[in-house]
Amino acid sequence: MDNIVGTKSRLVWAVNLCALALVLLWTFPTFGLLVSSFRDRDQISASGWWKAMFPAEASVQYRADAPDTAVLKDGLYVLDGNIFDGGPGKVTAFGTSIREPGADLVNEPVVTDDGETVTVRANGDFTITSPTAMEGSRGMRIFATSVTPARFTFENYGRVLGAEGLGRAFLNTMTVSIPATVIPILVAAFAAYALAWMEFPGRALIVALVVGLLVVPLQLALIPLLKLHNDIGIGKNYIGIWLAHTGFGLPLAIYLLRNYMVGLPREIIESARVDGATDFQIFLKIILPLSFPALASFAIFQFLWTWNDLLVALVFLGNSADQLVMTGQLKNLMGSRGGDWEILATSAFVTIAVPLVVFFAMQKYLVRGLLAGSVK
Amino acid sequence: MEQFVMAAATILIGVFGCICYFFLSNMALDQLYPATGPMAGANINRANQIRPWLFMLPALALLTVYLVYPVFVSIYLSFMDAEGDNFVGAANYIWLINDDKFRESMFNNLLWLVFVPAASTFFGLVAAAVTDRIRWGNFAKAMIFMPMAISFVGAAVIWKLVYEYRPDGQEQIGILNAVWTWMGGEAQTWLTSPVINSFLLMIVLVWIQTGFAMVILSAALRGIPEETIEASILDGASPFQIFMKIKVPQIWGTILVVWTTITITVLKVFDIVLTMTNGQWGTQVLANLMFDWMFRGNDTGRASTTAIVIMLMVTPIMIWNIRNAAREAR
Repeated sequence: MDNIVGTKSRLVWAVNLCALALVLLWTFPTFGLLVSSFRDRDQISASGWWKAMFPAEASVQYRADAPDTAVLKDGLYVLDGNIFDGGPGKVTAFGTSIREPGADLVNEPVVTDDGETVTVRANGDFTITSPTAMEGSRGMRIFATSVTPARFTFENYGRVLGAEGLGRAFLNTMTVSIPATVIPILVAAFAAYALAWMEFPGRALIVALVVGLLVVPLQLALIPLLKLHNDIGIGKNYIGIWLAHTGFGLPLAIYLLRNYMVGLPREIIESARVDGATDFQIFLKIILPLSFPALASFAIFQFLWTWNDLLVALVFLGNSADQLVMTGQLKNLMGSRGGDWEILATSAFVTIAVPLVVFFAMQKYLVRGLLAGSVK
Repeated sequence: MEQFVMAAATILIGVFGCICYFFLSNMALDQLYPATGPMAGANINRANQIRPWLFMLPALALLTVYLVYPVFVSIYLSFMDAEGDNFVGAANYIWLINDDKFRESMFNNLLWLVFVPAASTFFGLVAAAVTDRIRWGNFAKAMIFMPMAISFVGAAVIWKLVYEYRPDGQEQIGILNAVWTWMGGEAQTWLTSPVINSFLLMIVLVWIQTGFAMVILSAALRGIPEETIEASILDGASPFQIFMKIKVPQIWGTILVVWTTITITVLKVFDIVLTMTNGQWGTQVLANLMFDWMFRGNDTGRASTTAIVIMLMVTPIMIWNIRNAAREAR
């Protein structure tokens, strides 16, 4: 608004700040998930993900080797080890009793009630010495306050894809969503062409029907269709879910494609007709190539929807390893691994990775589809 | 491996089958009513009457089986008992009205219906207005739009981490509790505290839907004729006045469309509630209640009745959409 002298720069600042605040608010939660997926279990429970860049302070509890394994050296029985098991970390204080876990200073020998001397160094090395033979098979417990440097790992991803079964679920999701995206496109394209460019009685009625079916809640279709699938022998199977996704996606597909095709220039189609082209030829050679943007828009919608869907998969697919999709697997993990954030965060990120890539690569078509698809 | 072969085969059979169907049925039609000979004119007319239906047959068949037929079966089942064998009259509907869980779901759904479309549209409008005026607007738009690509289950995990609770004294790892305790509050188990937990679930959907509202409204804002804005600048209107009094009234129709579209999404909301609270602690909604009766209650009568209620709530918007589409076609 260049007309208002003096307020311009202040307004620009306000607008920029407002946009920045919105962007931060909207990306912050996802970013937290991404950061968490690269942290290990102990770090996640020790500090919030926003502190991931800084060293984390944590309490470590370590049980030393059994006393009867102590070796005799220079007249003393000696046991040594490292409370980080050789990993990174820095001890700031330690203790030998659970009541006072940080009572003693690093590098200063401490004598316990049993007459054993314990020394802990900053890097985690410890030595327990005793003038008399140590007895028993339970090692002494050492409590330490440690500072662990920021650390990121890919381990979670390996674990989630393998042991937690998400790799298999990833393949199952692909099995569901790719055919469920490709098949409705052709079916809908032919119907959309007929509704856009062919004259016949009842056309307006069918268009109205398609618009109406756009909003029919899926919940209504679940029970009757599951019964139908069981009756005709499809049961819980990939064929069933492909058909279901195709059926549920058709209204939007027909609606989007018809709206786009109606807008194509009439002259092209009429001159093709004059030249003797049949409707079939016009459709294949002229309409289909020209409608590519609308086809791409719908394909993205349908792909995102089938990839992200949970409800249809829960109803039309089984719960076995060869049919469980990623969203279903993630839901199960939320139940069974409620507090294991390294597993949950990583699994969630694996499930949303493909849609995010598709989203950023094809955003243009997605926006175009949204603009055409919302009933004006 | 086997399932990939099956999936690939399905794509091939599906695509190839479609093309074959359309090609062969067209050819058969041309054979039946050839466009040559003494009857050429009449034949062309007759073929042109039949051809649209050939083009639409697969789509119409699928629509009928997968969307129209279930509506009628659901209505039928809602008057039947749990197994769908015996007619029970309006018993399911009477049970529904008196059921506490249903009332709770209905109340929550109404809350969702007010809060989510209002908040999403508001934030979408603000986001559209500010991102259209800054140099890095496209980047900002992409970031706000991004949650649209994330599944509801994924979003549930993301926000569960935000709402995570650790007992007092432990380090809070959920940002909400971290901020809350930093401000001097006591750590809360947010998702089990009634009423506020429903709103926390709604925030997840608002977070997802704002991008949608922003994209549509931004396009509408850019479509406003320049002259109206120039005229108001000449008349000395402030930027805020221009936005509220010149721009917003002109895109009122689009705002309504965004509102109704989000309303429909809200009525069907299921995944977020199922995965975050499973309808416990007073967060139940209709779609999840229906799912409960379908799989845990194994009662197709009650489940269908609940589904019918969702359908009834969608119907006004459906009629409105059909009317608008019909008016546009004219």
